[in-house]
Amino acid sequence: MANPQWPAAEQRQHLGKRISRLDGPVKCTGAAKYTYDIHRDGLLYAKLVGSRIAAGIVNSIDTSAAEKLPGVQGVWKDESLIGKEVQYAGQILAAVAARTEEIADEAARLVKVEYTPATPQVDDTDPARADGKPATREEGDVATALSQAATVFEGAYGLPVVCHCCLEAHGQVSEAKNGEMYLWGSTQSVSSYAKGLHEDVGLTLDKMHVECQYIGGGFGSKFSYDKWGVISAKLSQLTGMPVKLMLDRDLELMVAGNRPSASAKVKVGLDGNGKITAFDAEVWGTGGKDGYKPPPMPYVFTKIPNHRENGLRIPTNRGSQRAWRAPGHPQGCLLTMAALDDAAAAIKMDALEFFKKNLDLTERREVYAAQLDIAADLINYKEKAHLRGESGPGPLKRGLGISLHQWGGMGHQSECDVTINPDGSVETKIGTQDLGTGTRTTVTIVVAETLGLPLEGVTLKMGKNEYPASGASGGSTTIGGVSASSRLAATAALNALLEVVAPKLGAAPDQLEARDGQIRAVGDSSKAIAWKGACSLLGTQSITKRGTNVPGESQKMGLIDGGVGGVQIAEVTVDTETGCVTMNEMVAVQDCGLIVDLKTAESQVHSGLIMGITYALYEEAVYDPTTGRMLNADMEFYRLAGIKDVGQFKVHMMTGAGYDERGVIGLGEPPVISPGAAISNAVANAIGVRVPRLPLTPDRVLMALQQGTGQDAPTTNGGLA
Amino acid sequence: MKVSRDRMGAGISRRGFLKGVGAGTAAAGLLTGAPPPGAAALDAAHTPKVLAPGESEISLKINGAVQKVAVEPRTTLLDALRNRLDITGAKKVCDRATCGACTVLVDGSPVYSCTMLALEAEGREITTVEGLGTPENLAPIQQAFINHDAQQCGFCTPGFVVASTALLQKFPNPTREQVQAGLGGNLCRCGTYAGMVDAVLEAAKGGA
Repeated sequence: MANPQWPAAEQRQHLGKRISRLDGPVKCTGAAKYTYDIHRDGLLYAKLVGSRIAAGIVNSIDTSAAEKLPGVQGVWKDESLIGKEVQYAGQILAAVAARTEEIADEAARLVKVEYTPATPQVDDTDPARADGKPATREEGDVATALSQAATVFEGAYGLPVVCHCCLEAHGQVSEAKNGEMYLWGSTQSVSSYAKGLHEDVGLTLDKMHVECQYIGGGFGSKFSYDKWGVISAKLSQLTGMPVKLMLDRDLELMVAGNRPSASAKVKVGLDGNGKITAFDAEVWGTGGKDGYKPPPMPYVFTKIPNHRENGLRIPTNRGSQRAWRAPGHPQGCLLTMAALDDAAAAIKMDALEFFKKNLDLTERREVYAAQLDIAADLINYKEKAHLRGESGPGPLKRGLGISLHQWGGMGHQSECDVTINPDGSVETKIGTQDLGTGTRTTVTIVVAETLGLPLEGVTLKMGKNEYPASGASGGSTTIGGVSASSRLAATAALNALLEVVAPKLGAAPDQLEARDGQIRAVGDSSKAIAWKGACSLLGTQSITKRGTNVPGESQKMGLIDGGVGGVQIAEVTVDTETGCVTMNEMVAVQDCGLIVDLKTAESQVHSGLIMGITYALYEEAVYDPTTGRMLNADMEFYRLAGIKDVGQFKVHMMTGAGYDERGVIGLGEPPVISPGAAISNAVANAIGVRVPRLPLTPDRVLMALQQGTGQDAPTTNGGLA
Repeated sequence: MKVSRDRMGAGISRRGFLKGVGAGTAAAGLLTGAPPPGAAALDAAHTPKVLAPGESEISLKINGAVQKVAVEPRTTLLDALRNRLDITGAKKVCDRATCGACTVLVDGSPVYSCTMLALEAEGREITTVEGLGTPENLAPIQQAFINHDAQQCGFCTPGFVVASTALLQKFPNPTREQVQAGLGGNLCRCGTYAGMVDAVLEAAKGGA
């Protein structure tokens, strides 16, 4: 009998090897069909009308002119908002569906909305604007510890609201047909996508058919069907035609999700040896009109004996926050690591020495110690490092910056069916989605590994809600979830096959294994039968087995785990005349348990680094205080890093003994957490002063240089720019 | 020249557009659908056929095949390809010539198809990513993208593949810096740049 535990390293056929993603050929030839690409006969194009004001009352929505435009087939307006308050600019008020996209565009502009505007509130940096009860956590006695500390460093830091900016905008194609609803949603959650939406369109859940084979980015913003999903489906019901509704770029950036901002005043207390004794943080930020969860602080160094976080929420007339790759962590990481790095600089201690000295205040002392050594080696820290500001003469200053991060990444609930057919074909069905992380490839690898087959021997069907339900792809939970469920399903199916084959081979089922396209007795090559021949013994009866990942149970079996650490070091060059920051190199050392596909795993780390560089140097949703509108709701001025902006990378995955045994752990979030802090620390190391807020744009760098910061401790860093 | 405010498309003034003849050969092309090359010799007596407003049928040569398509004057090449011909490799992302996801080749040069009118493309050779290779018969650059995992969600990938193709036509043996410059007009959100430079350099080697 096969058991579901992962095979030992020397027995792995596919697992952990460098395997090219299986959907590479369709993606790089344009053959992959995303929601945006779905075409149906008679397709109508829908466009949304968003509020022009950020605050005030909607008096009326008049769609009559739009309705009269030739080619317009249907209009929708949100009657429930008439006479009500607008929460933010871009809030969806109406929609039109027309025969062509051009006509829909024109019709949307003909929708007339009357408002009574009010003064919007979009400032998220002034803590005086906070409302509600502060969220306070305290362990130990921070006030006393600070009063007794040998050194107290105080600094202020911040990160702005940033957008998800998925290249495929949010949206859905809907086709209401014969009492059924067919939906192509750009979603991170195929299995649960239609739940709730079915009520909005008056259908039972079994009438809702969801498909998403390819998705052009989600990053945490595409779990829900959203208001536009409802509008798209309703317009299809209204017109009797299929409807494609995709957000235009400006609405995408304004209303389809963002990462909440965070600003903090931090106090760090050190003893005479540079050990951290106290950490005190006042944190505030906005997630739009509604809730705000202060980022976790102190981050990673959670065992600082005396620590306190006081979180304040600032309501703003901005689009609502959504989960953004590693929710809360990039913010908590920057606010913590920058303050600790500043504290080290204040006592003129090397940052690497400082972090190492304090690793007993983390949950993973040994992991981080090993990772810091590897990262330092990879970037040649010994040779390149210098104390803050000691960068030598000349306008170009080079610096190194360190950051540590952590994440969970335990697999989510997941079900999977594996079918072995008498003709030897194998079909896997799972209601998951591939965000580009490589899910399609890794599920295939797990099933092929389990059955001893080449990858081509396994067919995978996914991306539909008719398949066994699998969790939403968020929080790095997918790889663990689907690896466990597909491993369990394939193992169960194989065991059923072994029962049938055993008599033929004259061996007990528990002495058989599936390897190299054969079923054979362990250690006796004379008792073997080719896979196809073995399957033909099934006669006319296929085997289908379901595997269910129950996270706690799979963890006990060693299939999956959660909880990882990582270390990154950035090297930058800063031009002190222009304020421009150039990325030279980043090294990332990451723990992620057992790796299923080394190639796509490394891509995940690269991806995290690049997305991290982007928010460290470029990204910020800029709002106009007068109109409350987002000023850079396009891709010209909402900047993403280009290919020239990212520098070189070295990635080291912590694999092998001590790591593999933990099973599979998610990798999507961890590498995106540290870059902001590592790069900010590198810039401070280079130019001798802290640039307090991300993104580290030339104006902010120059302002920090102008204001300057003495290197004497204790000190402050000059407040928020 | 007081046409800057009224420019429509590449080098076309409103005055030229209304007249349909004279200053802009491209303007004549826009109005009549006639190919611009040689149109300078247009017979002054020729009366252009007025297409706007509404849809008119034009012919576009896409990936070697001539296809008839009904477009409005305001229809972009990208929307003609995607919405009317179901050729969806080129993506609409920024819709204003920033991100390069809509890149196609027009007469061999990379063009942001979101900011070219379909009418302007008549009579020219249009190559989309679908024309470079298929999943079963990949172009070397496409194979190289796969080898180096230069894609994640894949939405930007067709644009990068087309831009890389144009780059390699111009610089068959590019340096890293030339590759970065050549792909500087395209953006990726997932963060797949790491493999892209290597992919293009590998394809260049393979092609040499």
